[in-house]
Amino acid sequence: MERSFEKYFRQNRLPHLWCPGCGNGIVMKAIVQAIEKKGLDQDKTVIVSGIGCSSRASGYMDFDTLHTAHGRAIPFATGIKLANPELNVIVITGDGDCTAIGGNHFIHGCRRNVDLTVVLFNNSIYGMTGGQASPMTPTHKKATTAPYGAIDRNFDACRLAEAAGATYVARSTAFHVQHLTDMIAGGIDNKGFSFVEAICQCPTSFGRKNKMADPAKMMMWMRDNAVMKAAWDKLPDDKKTEEKFPIGLFYNESETDYATAYNEVIQIAGGADK
Amino acid sequence: MSKARLMQGNEACVEGALAAGVRFFGGYPITPSTEVAEGMAKLLPTVGGKFVQMEDEIASMGVVLGASLAGKKAVTASSGPGISLKQELIGYAAAAEIPVVIVNVQRVGPSTGQPTAPSQGDVMQARWGTHGDHPMIALSPWSVREAFDTAVMAVNYSERFRTPVILLMDEIVGHLREKVELPEASAIEIYPRRKPSCTRAEGYEPFTPDKDLVPNTANFGEGYHIHVTGLIHDDTGFPIGSPKITREVTKRLHDKIEIARDEITHVEEYFMDDAEYAVIAFGGTARTAYEAVANARKKGVKVGMVRLITIWPFADKAVKKIAEKVKGILVAELNYGQLVGEVERVVAGKCPVELCAKYDMTIFEPAEIEAGIDELVAGGKA
Ligand SMILES: Cc1ncc(C[n+]2csc(CCOP(=O)(O)OP(=O)(O)O)c2C)c(N)n1
Ligand code: SF4
Ligand SMILES: [Mg+2]
Repeated sequence: MERSFEKYFRQNRLPHLWCPGCGNGIVMKAIVQAIEKKGLDQDKTVIVSGIGCSSRASGYMDFDTLHTAHGRAIPFATGIKLANPELNVIVITGDGDCTAIGGNHFIHGCRRNVDLTVVLFNNSIYGMTGGQASPMTPTHKKATTAPYGAIDRNFDACRLAEAAGATYVARSTAFHVQHLTDMIAGGIDNKGFSFVEAICQCPTSFGRKNKMADPAKMMMWMRDNAVMKAAWDKLPDDKKTEEKFPIGLFYNESETDYATAYNEVIQIAGGADK
Repeated sequence: MSKARLMQGNEACVEGALAAGVRFFGGYPITPSTEVAEGMAKLLPTVGGKFVQMEDEIASMGVVLGASLAGKKAVTASSGPGISLKQELIGYAAAAEIPVVIVNVQRVGPSTGQPTAPSQGDVMQARWGTHGDHPMIALSPWSVREAFDTAVMAVNYSERFRTPVILLMDEIVGHLREKVELPEASAIEIYPRRKPSCTRAEGYEPFTPDKDLVPNTANFGEGYHIHVTGLIHDDTGFPIGSPKITREVTKRLHDKIEIARDEITHVEEYFMDDAEYAVIAFGGTARTAYEAVANARKKGVKVGMVRLITIWPFADKAVKKIAEKVKGILVAELNYGQLVGEVERVVAGKCPVELCAKYDMTIFEPAEIEAGIDELVAGGKA
């Protein structure tokens, strides 16, 4: 029996190239389930990705799909959305793609409030290139370019997105699939720049270096350390240990999105009927 | 009433792009190209189009590629450092076959160089700026009216060949003000966006080339579910690690331009009928070269001028023909010597080729090119 979400995948492109136990497939499936839940028109939905293991997801998904250059998914997606606002545009990006090479595009995407839903696959590492440190590798964790442990301080991409002006900011994990799906669906609902951080496991490039080579253990780590926002807010500071992190919807405000604002410009300029 | 208007080259470029159907612009300010962005910001919404000022030139290049994929004809503009930043995504456009026009109003480099001063130092960058093997089309206008015409041409070529086209302006023409009369909309030929030749059910493949070797790729949102990538891909659009496909795709990308080369290589000749010597020039420098040639003619020197409008692909045929006819060629360019290498390659020793180069942030004086002509006639530099 075909499962309802299967129609969203290019069956002839599977199996995928990800390692056994990789979290990317879980997040990709959460995205299509959010798309299904929201009933988006498959012909009017575009998936845009950058470069990285996670960004390979676009090739497996049966929509118009765009695999851009490293870090540049958000500018391409911005062009698509502004050129044809009737399209639903979902961006898939990695922690390196989004917050290192694409960091400037990320904050300006948030600021412009273009109606995009950006899902960051956060595996805390450069997976595709074999395990170098990213701006989201937690301090002290090991990477091939941080063999003695990272001394860089890591970004909290959700706080960054909120400060930069995103109108919907949420986090979930590959362990909390249903919750993750809901967070993405909420982002699709928001007419503006929506950012969802999906914490996921890279057993190959991150786990092995950090004594967590077993993907199931990595997911149990997510289970044990993720705290729902409502509970997190009540947690005393001494219980907010280094490993613990909040998940849930952090921010959602309705603000005019960029395409709507530009339509007013067109009105003023007299180009509305052109 | 005359429809003549006083206009700058950069403004004419905006008018040309809009006349050719451009409805999207993304850019970042930089002298001497800024008036292109400003003109677009003002005029695009009057025709229902959109302008967006991006955070840098990489984003500007990305946003126009996205807009083009979603069906809008799109342009970006920059100079010097900004054009350098765009290079990776210019290559993306070549690989993924996305129509787009990049306006480069050249200024003195490298690096920040002389920010507002004229130069023609990006000739080779236009051809080879992005990594890997790829074809390139670059056009260079010498007047305000021609800035309009070449902008139309650039947009049309980008659509016809589904490739990035560089409008290689220079500060001289970009900031030049001239009285121009622009053609009526009805007199302008527009190459429309190519359309898919069959339905999905009939087995549509977005990168299957048509007879002219150019694919009829669908726009996003038309129900074709296409995949676009900068990885080497086969006709389906999906990446494939095959030597055969890599070779075939690389060759087709070149061939689609090569088979149309004669048609898109525009060259103009002046005083060439009885010429014994030729000056080759392009863009703003050709204006000075023209005057120098006219002055030399008055002195009785049988010299003519060959002006390249299409810089890339290079006008091999036209230059070869001239080399067979004249006793010597002078290449005048506002750089340390770039185009001259191409001329030498094509001339291949059939006649002497001399370089008249200037790279001091000022434009040529006619006398400087006249001196170059005198030296050429006298048999080379002392
Ligand atoms: C301009 C450029 N620089 C570097 C690379 C090499 N590169 C490819 S993927 C990648 C890192 C990807 O890491 P991330 O975004 O976290 O994605 P992941 O593979 O972990 O899913 C790098 C550095 C590239 N493709 N392009
Ligand atoms: S390297 Fe990591 S992110 Fe990449 S496929 Fe393997 S497990 Fe997944
Ligand atoms: Mg990563």
